[in-house]
Amino acid sequence: MKALQKIKSQFVPLPMENIDTDQIIPARFLKATTRDGFGKNLFRDWRYEQDDSTKPKADFVLNQAIYAGEILVAGKNFGCGSSREHAAWSILDYGFYAVVSSFFADIFKNNALNNGVLPVTVSDAFLQKIFQQPSTATLSINVEEQTITIDASGEQESFELNPYKKTCLLNGYDDIDFLLSKKDTIEKFEKELI
Amino acid sequence: MGKTLFDKIWDQHVVEKIENGPSVLYIDKHFIHEVTSPQAFKGIEQRGVTLFRPKQTIATADHNVPTINQHLPIKDQLSKMQVDQLIENCDKHGVELYGLGHPYQGIVHVIGPELGITQPGMTIVCGDSHTSTHGAFGAIAFGIGTSEVEMVFASQCVLQAKPKTMRINIEGELQSGVVSKDIILYIIAKISASGATGYFVEYAGATIRSLSMEARMTICNMSIEMGARGGMIAPDENTFNYMQGRAYAPKGTLWDDQLSVWKKLYSDEDAIFDKELNIDAWSIQPMITYGTNPGLGMAINASIPLSDTILDEGERKNLIKALQYMGLEEGKSLIGMPIQHVFIGSCTNSRIEDLRQVAALVKGKKKHDLVKVMIVPGSQQVAKQAHAEGLDHIFAEAGFQIRQAGCSACLGMNDDKIPAGTYCISTSNRNFEGRQGAGARTLLASPLTAAAAAITGVVTDIREMIKEKF
Repeated sequence: MKALQKIKSQFVPLPMENIDTDQIIPARFLKATTRDGFGKNLFRDWRYEQDDSTKPKADFVLNQAIYAGEILVAGKNFGCGSSREHAAWSILDYGFYAVVSSFFADIFKNNALNNGVLPVTVSDAFLQKIFQQPSTATLSINVEEQTITIDASGEQESFELNPYKKTCLLNGYDDIDFLLSKKDTIEKFEKELI
Repeated sequence: MGKTLFDKIWDQHVVEKIENGPSVLYIDKHFIHEVTSPQAFKGIEQRGVTLFRPKQTIATADHNVPTINQHLPIKDQLSKMQVDQLIENCDKHGVELYGLGHPYQGIVHVIGPELGITQPGMTIVCGDSHTSTHGAFGAIAFGIGTSEVEMVFASQCVLQAKPKTMRINIEGELQSGVVSKDIILYIIAKISASGATGYFVEYAGATIRSLSMEARMTICNMSIEMGARGGMIAPDENTFNYMQGRAYAPKGTLWDDQLSVWKKLYSDEDAIFDKELNIDAWSIQPMITYGTNPGLGMAINASIPLSDTILDEGERKNLIKALQYMGLEEGKSLIGMPIQHVFIGSCTNSRIEDLRQVAALVKGKKKHDLVKVMIVPGSQQVAKQAHAEGLDHIFAEAGFQIRQAGCSACLGMNDDKIPAGTYCISTSNRNFEGRQGAGARTLLASPLTAAAAAITGVVTDIREMIKEKF
C-alpha cells in the first residue's frame, strides 16, 4: 500500500446520495483475477451510452474536462451495497486518493482504507459548501492533522480517523503484515479457545 | 450489567485489542467464492505465506456460474477463467471446494447453513455482504473485502472495530400473506438504506421466535441493506432442530456438549443496546419496492410518496432520480402495473421453504403469457429436495424456467440478465440501478408476491389471491 500524507487538488463533485458499489463498478466487470485496470470501468453505466466506451455521456462529471483532481466528493451513504473491494480498486486505479462524503457505508470505508484511499467524513453543511465551489477550486487534505480545507476561503473541518489506521496510511503499512507479526499470539489464543 | 448476545460472542473471539485501534478478531469459519478470492490468494502467494488454517475455509462457485448446462464447460471465457482459478487455488492451498458438479454446490449463504457448517456462537466471514445471513443461527457473521479475505488466509483473523448494537423487537401476529421478506423490507423502508450503519442488529421478540430458520435467514440476509454490519437471532429449539443431523453438525456426545453451550447464547435481560426499535407485526403488510435502493419500499397497496412531502433535499432528489430510472410516477399505486419478468432466487429467497410457498400458490395454475419466470434454487440440495417433493413439476406445469443453483439474476454476472427498461419482480435483495442488467427495473418483493405476479402478469396484492395463511 502506498503511503498517503497530504493531498492538494481539484475535486470531482458527484452530489448524489446512496451511491452504491454496483454503480461504482457494475458486477459484470468483476470477472478479473487481478486488482488492476478497474479504473476504466469506474461508474461505467453513468459514464457511457449503451455500455460503449466510445460514447461518453456528456453530462457525467468524469467526462467533463472542467472537473479533475485526486479527490472525489459525493453525497451521503457513499459505497453502500456489495462488499466488492473492486469499488475501492476502481476509484484508486482511476486516480482518486480520497473520497469526501457526509456518510460512508461500513464495508466500503474499510476497503478504501485497506487500499490507501482515504474516506473523509465531513458535516452535511461542509459538504454542501464544497459542492458550491467553482470547478477550479482546490481542497487540501492533511492526514496527520486530520483536516480538510477549502483552499480559497480557508474554511476547514477536521475528520475522524482511527489512530491505528492513520499510522498505516501515513506509512503505507498494511494490516496483513501486522497480523502476520501476531501469529504466536493467535496460536496461543486458539489453544485457549478449545 | 448483562451482556448482549453480540458482546458474548465478540468478547470470546477477541485475540487482542489494539490500543486506540480495532480488535484482532478470531474467525471460526471463512467462506469464499470465485469473485472476491483470486486477488487474496495472489496476495498471500506474493508474500510467500501459506494459508494459516485452510481447514476453516470452505469454497463454492456461485456468483459467476451459468444456471443452465452446468455439466458443460462455461462458455464465457472470463467466467471460466475465474471459476478455474478457484479450483486451482483451492487445490494448491488445501481448501475444501464444493464447485460445479458437486452435490453440495450452491449459493454460499445457502450451503453454509444447510450443511451445518454455520453454527451458533461462531464468527463467520465471507467476501460477500450478505454473509449476515448466517447470523440467523446466533453467529456473528459479516461481509468483508478482499484485503480482509487475505487477512483471514494469512492469520485466521480480521481487524475490526467493534460496532454498536441495535435490537429490533417484533411482537404480535403476522397478517395472512405476510412473510419474513415483508418484515425485513418493512424495517428497511422504515429506517432507510443507511439507518443501521455502524450497528450490529439483533432481531428479537415473539414474532421472530415463531419463524422458521429459512425465514430468519431471509431477515438476517438483508441487514446489510440498511447499512448494518450484520444481523443475528438468538438460537433456540428451531435452530437446534434445523441443525441436528446435518453433514457438518456435531454428532453424538459432541452434539450434547455443544447444545449446552449454545443454549447460553442469548442477550441477558439487563443487557443494554445502543439503540432499540419496537415493531408491531400486525402493522406489516406485503411489501414492494419502487425505487433504486431497498429503503424505497412500501406496502403493496400504498402509493409512491410525493416528492414535495419529503423535507430533506438530498432524499427528495434521490427519490426523483430513482423514479426517473424506474419509469414510475409519484403518488401512484403499483397495483395492476404489468411486469415482464419474475425472478425467484438469490441468497435471500431460494431455500426449500421459499420454493414450497411458491409451489403452493402456483399449483395447477399457469404463468401469464407475457411474463418470463425464472426460478433458481439456492443449491443442488435445494434442487434435489424440490424434485423429491415434486415441486419442479408444479413449476414446469406453470411454465416457469427452472434453473440450476447460483446467484443468477440477483446481480447479473452471468447470462441471467433482465433486459433494459423492463420490470422484474424479484425475490433478491437489491434494486440498485442496473443490478439485474443494464437498465433493468427491479421491484423487490417476497416469493409469494413474486409468484402472484407471475400468474396475473401484474403487480398483485397477494391477500387478494389467498385465503389460508402461509
